Amino acid sequence: MSFLSAEEKGLVNGLWSKVNVDEVGGEALGRLLVVYPWTQRFFQSFGDLSSADAIMSNAKVKAHGKKVLNSFSDGLKNIDDLKGAFAKLSELHCDKLHVDPENFRLLGNVLVCVLAHHFGHEFNPQVQAAFQKVVAGVASALAHRYH
Amino acid sequence: MVLSSADKNNVKACWGKIGSHAGEYGAEALERTFCSFPTTKTYFPHFDLSHGSAQVQAHGQKVADALTKAVAHIDDLPNALSDLSDLHAYKLRVDPVNFKFLSHCLLVTLACHHPEEFTPAVHASLDKFFSAVSTVLTSKYR
Repeated sequence: MSFLSAEEKGLVNGLWSKVNVDEVGGEALGRLLVVYPWTQRFFQSFGDLSSADAIMSNAKVKAHGKKVLNSFSDGLKNIDDLKGAFAKLSELHCDKLHVDPENFRLLGNVLVCVLAHHFGHEFNPQVQAAFQKVVAGVASALAHRYH
Repeated sequence: MVLSSADKNNVKACWGKIGSHAGEYGAEALERTFCSFPTTKTYFPHFDLSHGSAQVQAHGQKVADALTKAVAHIDDLPNALSDLSDLHAYKLRVDPVNFKFLSHCLLVTLACHHPEEFTPAVHASLDKFFSAVSTVLTSKYR
């Protein structure tokens, strides 16, 4: 049984092909830090995070957001084996970065909000539902190697 | 978590712009919730949940009206929402996790329809507001 139906894969890939991954990455990470300020705990070396404007225009936030979302995008190419695709990153986030997996769920939902913001009506309930499955799958895969 | 005066202003301004669309957005948020989080449908076995359902539209209007009231009484949510709080605690008993799903889908709906309003700061304020409302609605659960 596939993680996503053929129709859901179509919806996800169809929308994702129009996403500017670098830009959306920066936007999503920025909004995570604005909406859930406690997530800033992982980014103490990033400089000025003192206001929403400062966060959204911070170069390190944009660069890191780009990195994170490119990795997510690569994962989408292996949608039927997310655990395999994110195994190494899962170990990294546990052993080196010490990130609570709840943060992956928060970022996933912020990403959904950013996609809704960019795509408007095109991001209809069915497209959203497919993406909710994807972000839940990625979050779960990233948490899978935790111990 | 406390709503700052900036948060309250953001929420009032955003909700004001929504105006008469509130009911429509309430229904859309419900539809999104049922689609993305199918376990939420367990609370509505008596509803027709198909797209455009009159029951979902009516319920969306109810939810929107309650939120409009909450916005108008943003300085005293526990009092303003006391009856709804009783209803959810003693009659509906919706598991608290579901308020997060609906809140998220309300944000998504607003992001879709009002991109200019949905700045990061407003996004944050709305998330806090929905969280505060959810807390009040589950405050008498035990």
